[in-house]
Amino acid sequence: MKDDARSEMRRYAIGAVLSAALTLLAFWAVMSHGMARSTALWIVGAAALAQIVVQMRCFLHVGSSSKREDLHLILFSLVLGTLMVGGTIWIMSSLHDRMY
Amino acid sequence: MSSSAHPGINLGGGDPKAQRESETPAFGFWVFLMSDLIIFGVLFAHYVVMTGARAGGPGPSTLFDLRSVAAQTFLLLASSFTYGMASLALKHQRQVRPVAIWLIVTAALGAAFVLLELRDFVNMVGEGGPPQRSGFLSALWALTGLHWLHVTAGLVWIATMLALLSRFGLSDRNKTRLLLLGLYWHFLDLIWIGILSVVYLGGLA
Amino acid sequence: MADPIFGRLDWTVTPFDDFFRDPSINEGVAAAAASAVPLGAVAVIAFLTWKGLWGPLWRDWLTSADHKKIGIMYFVLAGVMMLRGVLEGAVMRTHQVTALDGGVLSAEHFAQLFSTHGTIMIFFVATPLITGLMNYVVPLQIGARDVAFPVLNQISLGLTAAGAGLVMISLVIGKFGTGGWTMYPPYTGTTFSPGPGVDYWVWAIGISGIGSTLAGINIAVTIYKKRSPGMKFLRMPIFTWTSLCTAIMMIYAFPALTVSTAMLALDRSLDFRFFTNDLGGNMMQYANIFWMFGHPEVYIVVLPAYGVFSEIAATFSAKRIYSYNSMVIATSAIAVISFTVWLHHFFTMGQGASVNAAFGIATMIIAVPTGVKVYNWMATMFRGRVRLSVPIIYLVGFFFLFVFGGLTGVILANPTIDYQVHNSQFLVAHFHNVLIPGVLFGVLAGVHYWFPKAFGFRLHEGPARLEAYLWFGGFSLAFLPLYWLGLMGMPRRSASYDNPAFEPAMWLAVVGAAMVVGALGVAIWNFWASARDREALACPVGDPWDGRTLEWSIPSPPPEYNFYALPRVNTVDAWTVEKAVGHPYEMAPRYTDIEMPRSTAMGVVIGGASAAMGFAITWWIWWLAALSFAVIVAALIARAFVRETTRTIKAVEVEVAHRAFLREASRTPAVGRDDEIAPDNLGHARPAVPA
Repeated sequence: MKDDARSEMRRYAIGAVLSAALTLLAFWAVMSHGMARSTALWIVGAAALAQIVVQMRCFLHVGSSSKREDLHLILFSLVLGTLMVGGTIWIMSSLHDRMY
Repeated sequence: MSSSAHPGINLGGGDPKAQRESETPAFGFWVFLMSDLIIFGVLFAHYVVMTGARAGGPGPSTLFDLRSVAAQTFLLLASSFTYGMASLALKHQRQVRPVAIWLIVTAALGAAFVLLELRDFVNMVGEGGPPQRSGFLSALWALTGLHWLHVTAGLVWIATMLALLSRFGLSDRNKTRLLLLGLYWHFLDLIWIGILSVVYLGGLA
Repeated sequence: MADPIFGRLDWTVTPFDDFFRDPSINEGVAAAAASAVPLGAVAVIAFLTWKGLWGPLWRDWLTSADHKKIGIMYFVLAGVMMLRGVLEGAVMRTHQVTALDGGVLSAEHFAQLFSTHGTIMIFFVATPLITGLMNYVVPLQIGARDVAFPVLNQISLGLTAAGAGLVMISLVIGKFGTGGWTMYPPYTGTTFSPGPGVDYWVWAIGISGIGSTLAGINIAVTIYKKRSPGMKFLRMPIFTWTSLCTAIMMIYAFPALTVSTAMLALDRSLDFRFFTNDLGGNMMQYANIFWMFGHPEVYIVVLPAYGVFSEIAATFSAKRIYSYNSMVIATSAIAVISFTVWLHHFFTMGQGASVNAAFGIATMIIAVPTGVKVYNWMATMFRGRVRLSVPIIYLVGFFFLFVFGGLTGVILANPTIDYQVHNSQFLVAHFHNVLIPGVLFGVLAGVHYWFPKAFGFRLHEGPARLEAYLWFGGFSLAFLPLYWLGLMGMPRRSASYDNPAFEPAMWLAVVGAAMVVGALGVAIWNFWASARDREALACPVGDPWDGRTLEWSIPSPPPEYNFYALPRVNTVDAWTVEKAVGHPYEMAPRYTDIEMPRSTAMGVVIGGASAAMGFAITWWIWWLAALSFAVIVAALIARAFVRETTRTIKAVEVEVAHRAFLREASRTPAVGRDDEIAPDNLGHARPAVPA
């Protein structure tokens, strides 16, 4: 019981530290002014994705021990979200290109 | 922890009855959050589409205050962590007091976030950037404003939760509610990561 | 500028005032329609008071959290709204025969009519019909006692009713918007539509849309979590499968509607710049976001109808559904692909050809799983012992008409053709041709099929057949000529036309409209006549059609807890197999106490406060809007403090009720399928052939 508590505590702590580090990395990429804009954006994006994964694992306990239906739910949401966001950007950028 | 719990259900072997009873609400709440995620997703897409629609109004470089944003980011991350401490207290200590204390800490951090961002909103209006100014600003305010409203609603929920705890103690229903509130609170931090990266850092990169 | 108490409300907002100042036919129609609402309300109030029914209405219906009653209330709501929607359609058709260079109605009145007609038919007829059907049938088919969240279910109904109420109020107080059911800005922005009409639409749709999202969550979680022991996913009835896919689509599609209406509301009420002409607004984004909801919505309403057809094709052919697995795959495929086709509603917006081509191809692909289903239904009927009763009449009508409508959809999926016929009557013909034979025929077949389950007596077969033929003929006359008109170049949504060649087709269409109104009249008469003759039509044992799924194993109407003991399921078509090789109508080994949700006024409170809030914002009555919102929040918080949310029904009581039911079942003679529509059919089926 006690060990359980300690290991879970450690998991939250790891999550918080990793999240903070990834946030700092993203801020650094933008504020250091040393790199190209696209590089900075790639770093920000990768750090955001990594941080989302970290928080899902450490705070929300999503993982291989979760129920299958929840993984399906989250993956399905990602697919549909990608369709909607990606579709919108594709459509509107095509429209934009042809209008200006 | 049983091998087939819903993510976020973390009552453990200590309280199998509460764990079982919270399964359906927890799953339902996950589904609700995914529906909410689509709302944010559409607003994100809209924001990206509208980044150029400034109509001569102010843009990210005049409006955004990265120091304030950084402070908000760490406040929200810290509150997510302290909510995790509340969950652990619920699971291992099983007393109202530690749970309530961690909830109050979480609410304080959340309130600081809300006030800081409110100050940013006021400053934006002062710098000629109210939502009525341009299509870009409407999109910006919609996305950040909706997240702000979510956090504010979360504060109301935490306050209600504290009242419920003092009234009914750690009843099974209250345990379930604490789980759902936790999902909600962590979810808001996830959305904030998106806002931070797409709106603030993306806008200033 | 707005009064602090009454906002922009004053005495000149009613159509009566307009009629008083300008007594024309146009204003007369508006005033008559406006009178129908208060007169109808007064008639209902008088009737309830006269019969002393207020108490039962409140106790047994409005505050009930029983999924069966909520399902029936959805139907009542949709029925009232459908009456208005169909009559509006008939008025428009009547106008159109006079509309060569003019017409009896003003252009603005006509625009209001097509806007309310579309809004009502999609959001307050089709959506509540299928939500009600899923609500009633799904828990019975999966062997559950109720939905996962009964009080949330009540709130969903309350929100839907609030939206419908706002549309009804708009008939009397103020005017509805004229921007069509999709209300595209910038026309519907404050620059071009300053009045309250568009606000009515925004709040009616916004509020009911949230209700539909919550309903979707509820049904999906119910199917995931509340299935009877042994009912694996691939043992669920097809209707439950289609309901699951529909519910999931509701969860993901309605948020887009919520966003687009909320943005339009912000544009209108707080002067935001999402979709305005000036200051960087982008009205194309409205079309984009709206149709991210709008296209899945089409499949949201049609998938449950497919489910109904699957159930009746199997039941009335006394055969298993042909190729169950392909049915499941096709349903799931439609659900996913329907999220990839939304752009075909605005092919002509101006995006590049490759974008159009991709969405056009996706649109054509979605016809494939639909085609699979049509073949499966026909294969189910092939060599079955088909009874040509009402549901099968609808199914056969559906085969002819829906396939036709689907094929015109594939034609429209080609962007180059769409450029020619978009915004014409061809399109009007197409979507009515899929929605009426698809959704409406499915729901009507479902009503005839499940009505005895809900009320304990069958509907008269004769009038119901007449109704089905009238729908078939009326639809064909009213809409098939529009394909021709569209190809001739007649635009949709125009109040008048100048080509005399259109007139004959318009006359055909008005005859069709009259037949549709007749069908509705026959339907109403049949409900009344069947209720009058309910003794002769009774089927209390609950299995009048030799059904195949669990809902037919329980009495009609079912007890509030649905099942005396939760059934164990180990196959598809569990009830048919039980009747053929098992032991139907037997006592359970043991009974347990049953916890059922207590009645609550949450749905009424939240629905009422939401309607008040929508009305208040529409008319700029800000104090009322704030007050209503506070009531909603307070009600939700107060609800959390209610301790006793369930009540227990004792196991002994359940056992006694079950024994009484089994005694009645054993006393009732089993009837074969030849006597299905005879008075002898008390609901105890003699299976026609072994499963």
